[in-house]
Amino acid sequence: MTEKNPAGRAGTVVAGIDVGGTFTDLIMIDGRTSAGVRIAKVPTTVDNQSFGVVNALDVAKVDAADIDLIVHGTTTTTNAVLERRLARTGMITTRGFRDIIELGRRTRPQPYGMTGTFVPVIPRNLRLEVSERVEAGGAVRTPLDEDEVETAVRQLLDAGCEALVIHFLHSYANPSHERRAAEIAASLWPNGYITTGHSLLSEAREFERGVTASVNASVQPILERYVERLRNELAKMGYARDFLIMNGNGGMISARFVAREAAKTVMSGPASGVIAAAYTGRRAGHKNLVTYDMGGTSTDVALILNAEPAVSNETEIEYAMPIHVPMVAVHTVGAGGGSIARVDASGLIQVGPESAGATPGPVCYGRGGTEPTITDANLLLGRLDPKRLLAVDAPVTVEQVRDIFEAKIGRAAGLDAIAAAGAVLRLGNLKMAGAIRMVSVSRGYDPRDFALFAFGGAGPLHASALARELGLPTVLVPARPGITNALGCVVADLRHDFVNTINQPVSLVDEARLRQVLERHREEGQALIAKEAAEPETIRTIHSADMQFVGQTHILNVPLPSVEVSRAQLQDLFEKAYFARFRVELPEIRANLVNLNTSVIGVRPAVDLSRLIDPAGRASTLDEARREVRPVWFDGDWVDTPVYLREKLPLDAIVHGPAIIEQMDATTVLEPGDVAKSDADGNILIEVGR
Amino acid sequence: MTLDPITLSVIQAALQQTCDEMDLTFSRAAFSPVIAEANDRSDGIYSAVDGSLIAQGSQGLPVFVGVMQYSTKTIIEMIADGRCLPPEDRDIYIVNDPYLGGTHLMDVRFAMPVWRAGKIFCWLSNTGHWPDIGGAVPGGFSASATAVEQEGLRLPPVKLFKKGKLDPEIYAIITSNIRVADQRIGDIRAQAAALLVGQERLFTILDRYGDETVTEAIAELRKRAAEQMRAGIAAIPDGVYRSKAFVDSDGVVDEPLTIALAVEKKGDGLTFDFAGSSKPCAGPMNSVLATTLSSVYLAMRHIFPDVPISAGAFEPLTVIKPEGTFLDAHYPRPVSGCAAEVSQRIAEAVFAAMVQSLPDKVTAAPAGSSGNFALGGHDPARKRDFVMYQISGGGYGGNAREDGLTNGCSTIGISKSPPVEIMEQAFPVLYRHYALREGSGGAGKHRGGFGLAYEVELLRGEARASFVMDHGRFGPQGVLGGADGAVNEVTVFRDGEPHVPGHLSKEQDIPLKAGDRVRVATPGGGGYGNPAERDPALVRHDLEMGYYAAEDVEKMLSASSRSSSSSSSPARSSTSSIDHSDG
Repeated sequence: MTEKNPAGRAGTVVAGIDVGGTFTDLIMIDGRTSAGVRIAKVPTTVDNQSFGVVNALDVAKVDAADIDLIVHGTTTTTNAVLERRLARTGMITTRGFRDIIELGRRTRPQPYGMTGTFVPVIPRNLRLEVSERVEAGGAVRTPLDEDEVETAVRQLLDAGCEALVIHFLHSYANPSHERRAAEIAASLWPNGYITTGHSLLSEAREFERGVTASVNASVQPILERYVERLRNELAKMGYARDFLIMNGNGGMISARFVAREAAKTVMSGPASGVIAAAYTGRRAGHKNLVTYDMGGTSTDVALILNAEPAVSNETEIEYAMPIHVPMVAVHTVGAGGGSIARVDASGLIQVGPESAGATPGPVCYGRGGTEPTITDANLLLGRLDPKRLLAVDAPVTVEQVRDIFEAKIGRAAGLDAIAAAGAVLRLGNLKMAGAIRMVSVSRGYDPRDFALFAFGGAGPLHASALARELGLPTVLVPARPGITNALGCVVADLRHDFVNTINQPVSLVDEARLRQVLERHREEGQALIAKEAAEPETIRTIHSADMQFVGQTHILNVPLPSVEVSRAQLQDLFEKAYFARFRVELPEIRANLVNLNTSVIGVRPAVDLSRLIDPAGRASTLDEARREVRPVWFDGDWVDTPVYLREKLPLDAIVHGPAIIEQMDATTVLEPGDVAKSDADGNILIEVGR
Repeated sequence: MTLDPITLSVIQAALQQTCDEMDLTFSRAAFSPVIAEANDRSDGIYSAVDGSLIAQGSQGLPVFVGVMQYSTKTIIEMIADGRCLPPEDRDIYIVNDPYLGGTHLMDVRFAMPVWRAGKIFCWLSNTGHWPDIGGAVPGGFSASATAVEQEGLRLPPVKLFKKGKLDPEIYAIITSNIRVADQRIGDIRAQAAALLVGQERLFTILDRYGDETVTEAIAELRKRAAEQMRAGIAAIPDGVYRSKAFVDSDGVVDEPLTIALAVEKKGDGLTFDFAGSSKPCAGPMNSVLATTLSSVYLAMRHIFPDVPISAGAFEPLTVIKPEGTFLDAHYPRPVSGCAAEVSQRIAEAVFAAMVQSLPDKVTAAPAGSSGNFALGGHDPARKRDFVMYQISGGGYGGNAREDGLTNGCSTIGISKSPPVEIMEQAFPVLYRHYALREGSGGAGKHRGGFGLAYEVELLRGEARASFVMDHGRFGPQGVLGGADGAVNEVTVFRDGEPHVPGHLSKEQDIPLKAGDRVRVATPGGGGYGNPAERDPALVRHDLEMGYYAAEDVEKMLSASSRSSSSSSSPARSSTSSIDHSDG
């Protein structure tokens, strides 16, 4: 049993630090004083993210020694995979099957266009085969040749491999060969970076399991080195305790154990944003949310039902790169502030999918971008303040941006620059709304039951327009949209997810066994949480079943009310869920129970969000919060629009659109007809005008 | 009223999203893995006047590009002349007749009129590949049928749903004629639900922008799509570009079928002439006109992926009706191979012609086969019959920028192949290997991608193996000096004795017993450009990875130095295939 850290109890100091692609964000909540919130946003230091973390602590003027607990979100593993900056890793696999992770499932990147490339995580010359074979039922057909394993291990060591994957067919049914091979390897391998296929994902499908294991092994050394560097940097600053790292499932794990299942930290950042949204939404009385985080090149969308983020076991982080461990279901839509607008050969305006990214970025960033983007359109239309943007790199004037819209869009489409920018904004919103609809409300939900949770620097700029398009009645803009991921680190719970495959018609399901499986999940989860450094207030357990009609391949997740579920209840819960999703009733077909799932959640003490914006700084009247009035373009006309400072906005103020609300990390646009109010936590709730 | 460009773009995006949502609904609610997993389906919006395509889902199976406009047109005509009952609100017609604007019998189309103010505004239609439609063999892919009646139940357009209610009589006729009928109700409901979702979304668009504006936008979008395609075509130098592609055999008569294509570029249009192609064949490798047209369209869309799928985009493309050839088969010619194999050879002929004129945009030939291997038998351990399908990919052609993709999906498909572990769970088989097929990519400055090599052993009982593949005789064509990809190879080991199908890539009902094995090696992609110009670092990488043996690389380089000294013709693709047919 590890020593308990006092962190997590009331009256302590917790810091959340999220390293994103561009910025490193910090939020520290000091439970000891009434004014104890510190915030920082500093550039991410790409080569060694720990320097950015140290900078953030400096900028926030936080004494690391005063912090009881640091919770950290990192893109170390995501970047390593996407850029293939991986540890040299070898694979030992079943004879005849070394190419599985290179062949994939016979796909191409796009439905149209007969081209594409794919670089396997482990190159072919480092994938070695040994004699062994387990059958689908788990019976051993060919015993493991232990001498061959030893030879292969030595060969991979000689080839300079630092990490090792052992991936055998049907190891989910019988892991004994993988375990024995790992034992042999462990006696020769100089470190602990050995991943067996079944240990992360005990399910059939050799490509997906193999890639998941390969990703895990090849990022382990990289994550561990990073954690070490960060630990040293923090120690130098006086923080000598253990810290926690966010996992992609929205829970967190001790930095001491995190590398063992390093693949789980992929999607760490996006997951923490969704966790913060769920937490904020629950306190604000909005338990059903579509979250919307707009970045430069892409936009992350997630669905939260009854304050629980949807979790998926089937994430694919890029073409042919599946990581099948439970992760918060975040859908990435290929449109963001940097999406490029153009006029196609038929004279129609198109927005995206090409993006100017962060470099060269939008024209107005002054980094050499020459293509008109959504961000540029926002600038031309007065939605973004040119004075605040001109700070970036080499200054670009609004006139220059206008000229580019005129030349590249306006002339070809027969519009002036402003109308062209208006068209780009409208189309960009429509495209994003369509993509959001496909992954959220078109899955059988009524949009009127949801609020749009807008975060990221650019999310609140578009949120009201998107909510209109999607039929969502409300927009929730949190107090600090630009540091939502860091807030997720502070409010996240401890979490462990379990899956067991049953794959039986409901009529044959053994009710006692069902209960046993779910109870065992709960016990294992509680035991794991007991080992963690942070102590939860309570432990919450969520059970669900993945079900389908017999003969189907897609599954539907059905929440279970308790571990005591009868066959009749299962059938009934499924039929109701199926009807809600597809409006189809199929009384003539039986249901199948595919998986039983459990999430065990160690709920940490509540965090007070009301001081995210310092109450003392708020003005007493709306007029005092107004910075200026400037012309802003809404739907064809320039309208003199008041611009308010978010930090000064009185909590009881009612703001009528059109209006702009600016703050350090985001700009919120209220369209004409919108009405915005604040709640006690300082969230802005926009009632979307029709 | 004139349309502003903004509204036009907005309506274009909204119509596209309507189709995408129909695709999504169909797949997620469907029962058959072929629809739910393999996405062997498509959804679209069609003109009330002539059935021409207004918009089609971006995630539909490529082979259905443009197909449903022909079946919708047929329904409109048959209603007009009284051969079909007149449409009412929420009626859904069902049709799968290949000769009435279809593909093979397994592709079942639904079509529903959308009513506004007492008139039909447009039609919504979708196609789903049903796992069985009756006929001689389960699944419908008979390699040796000689008439369409042997291939399954043929439905003329009839109302399956009348005013939103499923007609129990027609439903009973269908389910009495197909295998595993009890699950079809799930697919039928899913297929209908997709149309209803589409109608709901369409109404939202019409309510918001007005029926007149949308009508005007549809006409304008059609015009613009044509302009966009014309702009792409304009870059091609005027001239005639010829190519050939070959189907190994029709499955019945062991002779290759020739697709001869001449593409003429004149002004801003392209004319596709298949004159000189083989006559209609005895076996099921015939194509019907709708499928032939669709194959040309899908190949062009692979070349110009940005042009929206709409009737306008097809306007600049004239396909001369290939009368008297196997690409325009009539009743009662069998057609089960048209969608899966012949379509891909047609696309290959288009690629081989177009790469001569657009060498930067078009690739060398891809493997271009669905690689259907079916194994049907009895599992004594589970006391039940089974039918297993293994589809597989192959190498893509090299292109101006890079090497071809390894184990890519068929040209006309977007579906994944099944995992080995799932196959072994479900069927009494054991895979002895499932591997990258070394050396199969055609050599080139940018080589072809690699095919797949697998071997399956029957563990218990008895079974029959059938193959509908292609490229067994000739590998996928290399271009601009690149070598052809490796040919498809099938070997069946019975009692340890090797047997190669007489037609190389096609044979039906080869009896197997426990311990017998099937070994398949799928084609590699064609190479692009002279192998001697390949970056030496890439050659070293290929060797280090074991993609080629050292002696193969030497052979390739010496062969290419010979051919490059004797030939500098950029139009080698067509002649190379003719050389093969001689050998």
